[in-house]
Amino acid sequence: MNSPSTEPLTAQSRLNEIDRSMQWPTILLLLSAVVWLLTATAFALLASVKSTQPGFLAGCEWLTYGRVWAAYLNSMIYGWGGNALFGVGLWILARLCRRPVPLPGMLLIGAMFWNLAVTIGVGGIIIGDMTSIEWLEMPAYAVPLLAFSSIILGVWGILVVRYGRPGPVYVSQLYVLGALFWFPWIYLTAQIFLVYEPARGVVQAMANMWYVHNLLGLWLIPAGLGAAYYLIPKISGRPIHSYYLASLGFWSLALLTGWGGMRHLAGGPVPAWFVTLGIVASVAMALPIAIAAVNHNVTVFGRWDQVAASPALRFVVFGTISYTLASLIAIAMALRSVSEVAQFTLMVQGQTHHMIYAFFTMTMFGAIYFMMPRLLNQPWPSAKLVQTHFWCSTVGIIIMLVALYAGGWIQGWQMNMPTLDNYGNPVHLNFLSIVQNTMPWLHARTVSILILGLGHLALAANLLWMVALAILSCKKALCPSNSKLVPETAVS
Amino acid sequence: MKSLPIVFCGLFATLALSWAGILWQGQKQLGGLQPMSELYAIDPISNAARIESPQKDEPRHPEEPVGLAQQGKAQYISLGCVYCHTQQVRSQGRGADFERGWGNRQSVPRDYIRQERVLLGSSRTGPDLADFGQRIDSVNQLHAHLYNPQSEAPGSTMPPYAFLYQKRKIALNGEKSAGAIEFRDGFGPAEGYEIVPTRRAVALAAYLQSLKLDYSLPEARLPEKP
Repeated sequence: MNSPSTEPLTAQSRLNEIDRSMQWPTILLLLSAVVWLLTATAFALLASVKSTQPGFLAGCEWLTYGRVWAAYLNSMIYGWGGNALFGVGLWILARLCRRPVPLPGMLLIGAMFWNLAVTIGVGGIIIGDMTSIEWLEMPAYAVPLLAFSSIILGVWGILVVRYGRPGPVYVSQLYVLGALFWFPWIYLTAQIFLVYEPARGVVQAMANMWYVHNLLGLWLIPAGLGAAYYLIPKISGRPIHSYYLASLGFWSLALLTGWGGMRHLAGGPVPAWFVTLGIVASVAMALPIAIAAVNHNVTVFGRWDQVAASPALRFVVFGTISYTLASLIAIAMALRSVSEVAQFTLMVQGQTHHMIYAFFTMTMFGAIYFMMPRLLNQPWPSAKLVQTHFWCSTVGIIIMLVALYAGGWIQGWQMNMPTLDNYGNPVHLNFLSIVQNTMPWLHARTVSILILGLGHLALAANLLWMVALAILSCKKALCPSNSKLVPETAVS
Repeated sequence: MKSLPIVFCGLFATLALSWAGILWQGQKQLGGLQPMSELYAIDPISNAARIESPQKDEPRHPEEPVGLAQQGKAQYISLGCVYCHTQQVRSQGRGADFERGWGNRQSVPRDYIRQERVLLGSSRTGPDLADFGQRIDSVNQLHAHLYNPQSEAPGSTMPPYAFLYQKRKIALNGEKSAGAIEFRDGFGPAEGYEIVPTRRAVALAAYLQSLKLDYSLPEARLPEKP
């Protein structure tokens, strides 16, 4: 069995065995992720329409702008982001541990509790129990369950590593383990500092920004980078450009991210040294960003035929290129002279969406396109729908980013910088005129959400179709001996 | 994975650094801030301000929020006002917060020590509200604005909060209720009806009125009146 000629097949069947051992919990996580993505899209569309037509559905308290916006943020981050992160991250972790996973039931329970908690939380926001603490809007009664399920899923991840086959540590494992370990810590810290034992005064604001920045930088971003580090070599068949750099990139990201959040408080009522530290850390992020750019993009550079041929790779490469761009913009926006204008404008929202959508979400889409055929032993039923999804997501996010960056910059400039009147005196544009000037950009945002939503529907339709086909031929799918192996480098 | 414990030490240490540096250090530096009176002295040793010979009647700033304003803040939180309104005046020279009339002095950490939930905010789709209480001309106008922002600020994108108000038939003798809102022409309810704020609207208005930066602190003096 171990002769060189059969080696690839053995490795292949081992991977297949691992996929099979965590098949249903992972499928549950990925399907829930897509359901939450559709929910988030609907909330985003409603909020975006309301931001230009404030009278739209205004009589309904549950659908007032503030609540819909918070519901959007939470279903996007915890619903879509969390489910995708756990589904993709834990699957990658298990595959790199080279042994079928222990206790798949624990994964299933963690996944169910997580979704229950997010449902309670988003429902609580809509009915008016939200906290108005950014990215922690879920009411206190959803918190223990959310924290508990994240701990279950984290402990399960550690068990997978603990009982895995001994071998080298892959950088993807580091990223996933980091995300699993850091989340409960930052989440519980923030909840204690902000809700259960509120800290005095602006220490709350600092804890909030520390959390927001870390949720993005130490949870969603590591998961996206880990997935990219796994999928790019896997699909392209080329090794990562530099393994030494990859590890350096991980540890420098881990060290620097935690400080960066303070830059959001520039000019605010906090001691200036915290802000300065945040700006320095944000600029120093250039190192891990450059490493990720080299490792991801150089590995596929010049292999555009492969990128074009594999939808999964195309999504992931779009994601990693976006990571570089979004990070560079974040560095620029950290500088005091830029943040004086960009602070409090649509640009902040633009940068967040650049990271969460153009990088994280696109990378997760790539991972889902790669994983589902292997989990269900069933190819994607429609290549056209995959194409539709890719182009809708690409065009939609580009429109959104242009609208938010350009609209936000104009908004910030008009809000903060004087113009000279006929007599040479500095005057500031009337606030309501600034609001009116953002209108075209906000309309563009609504259009972009519609296009993105179309792409999400294409993904959902394809996914449902695929699951239905798998269930119809379930004898084949559920019995490993009958299943045809899907080669790892196959076009998926 | 043999190096699992080492990896976890690394994961722990990296986050612990920023945890200690920001949260613990922030708590240490700002967690002990006390309210201050207008009369204070600078301690020659620690260089910190302290209240000189505390007088019983002298107001301490910031003042303890009153109950009704607290209830109004709960509405502000529940409706998600923070997504469009900040509550922080940046220092003079940074942006145009002063020029826009959003405050006469910058906000400092001491301004927030009595707040159980600090709502600094991060988006200015609407104007800053740290000193909003001083810009309110009349409660009636504030209610009219909350009921339908278009009446007071045409072209505003603020959502109307009409669900915080009650539409009632005017009593048979034609006398309006005490709290009924007076509207500008064309914005009032149909003939024979009046709009009355509910308890929630009254509380929200009280909270908005309480947002004031009208006191001096040692670290942030109001400009001397000419």
